[in-house]
Amino acid sequence: MAPLTDSKKTCEVSEKPRRSKIWQALQTVKDPEIPVVSLVEMGIVRDVTLTERGEAIVYITPTFSGCPALHVMQRDIKERLAEIGCKSVAIEIRLSPPWSSNWISDEAREKLRQFGLAPPPRHHGDFIGLADISTAVCPRCDSTNNTLKNSFGPTLCRAIWYCHDCQDAFEQFKPL
Amino acid sequence: MEISTQNALQNYLLALADDELALAHRNSEWIGHAPILEEDIAIANIAQDELGHAALWYNLLCQLTGDDPDRLVYWRDAADFRSAQLLELPKGDWAFTILRQYLFDVYEVVLLDGLQESAYQPVADTAVKIRSEEIYHHRHTHTWVKRLGLGSVESHGRMQGALNELWPYALQLFIPLADEAVLVDDGCVPQRTAVYNQWLNIVQPHLADSGLEIPADAGPPTPNRAAHSPHLAGLLADLQKVAREHPGANW
Repeated sequence: MAPLTDSKKTCEVSEKPRRSKIWQALQTVKDPEIPVVSLVEMGIVRDVTLTERGEAIVYITPTFSGCPALHVMQRDIKERLAEIGCKSVAIEIRLSPPWSSNWISDEAREKLRQFGLAPPPRHHGDFIGLADISTAVCPRCDSTNNTLKNSFGPTLCRAIWYCHDCQDAFEQFKPL
Repeated sequence: MEISTQNALQNYLLALADDELALAHRNSEWIGHAPILEEDIAIANIAQDELGHAALWYNLLCQLTGDDPDRLVYWRDAADFRSAQLLELPKGDWAFTILRQYLFDVYEVVLLDGLQESAYQPVADTAVKIRSEEIYHHRHTHTWVKRLGLGSVESHGRMQGALNELWPYALQLFIPLADEAVLVDDGCVPQRTAVYNQWLNIVQPHLADSGLEIPADAGPPTPNRAAHSPHLAGLLADLQKVAREHPGANW
């Protein structure tokens, strides 16, 4: 196939394969603060659409609204998509539906655990109830004999726990 | 949307954003100075959250007006801010900071409950987003108020002193803006009296459980959000210094 030369079109293939190519590329864009999981696995990338002019629009949603990594994520998405030939990329931030830690995939939860970050417990949206009964499983020894030491940690999305079996602190991705 | 509603909505959003910004800045003044490391981390997180919430409200406002959030933050003078005086007051001691944050957290959770039902969908969506994060603040300050209120003679005394000073300022949060009625009629925002009653139903028993006595009702120092304490100018001088000394700088 001849290389793409028409500057008005950014990709020679039809829309459906192109969208899946973009999704594949986005699978490799990592969370800047947790470099073992991708923005797709974290549920941060919500949708991808293509305009008639060939522009890709990537819809993302912030985990915590003050998260400074959101700027880095937008830059990384644009750089990655440029690498696969998407010259025109727009990123739109969606607040609704609000990001939920339930959207973190099972694979990503396991990666978080191996990274040393306890995954957030799944919840049913009853957030006040959840905040009161939240639990964490120690990512090192799987113990549930833990105490919440601080609802706030080194980033907005992390809480600090203490494992009474390991006798050491660990971090948890906060349920939201 | 009618012009009168749109104007009222802009004024409302500006007040929401300015409150968050002023409080975020005051909390950020604790970074490196909080009584213990865990609380240094917590107050920095809370400051960052409130700053994020301010950004959401400023962005929503600027979508309506075409203005720039950075201009609103860095290039307005004190007289053009609409923050309530509660949020401008210097950070004081730890009791003062915790109690102010608690009174404001409960106000925010109750207000956001109402705003989640807003007939103006962008406000409703933003309120849902912010509220889930505020739960963490509320839980944290709720715990601290009780611990300090029932703690030592000194911690109790400092908390009671903070409450005596803060209470009238907190009441300013429940005074409607001059043109707010049109927003209430259109279902865009909740009635302040309803917000006040729900707030009082939460803070009154908790303060009592914490051994603290609400002072006699003297009313807010001013109902007018265009009138500021002398402290706002100092806060802004600090916040705006770099941007104003180096206009257009990138970093």
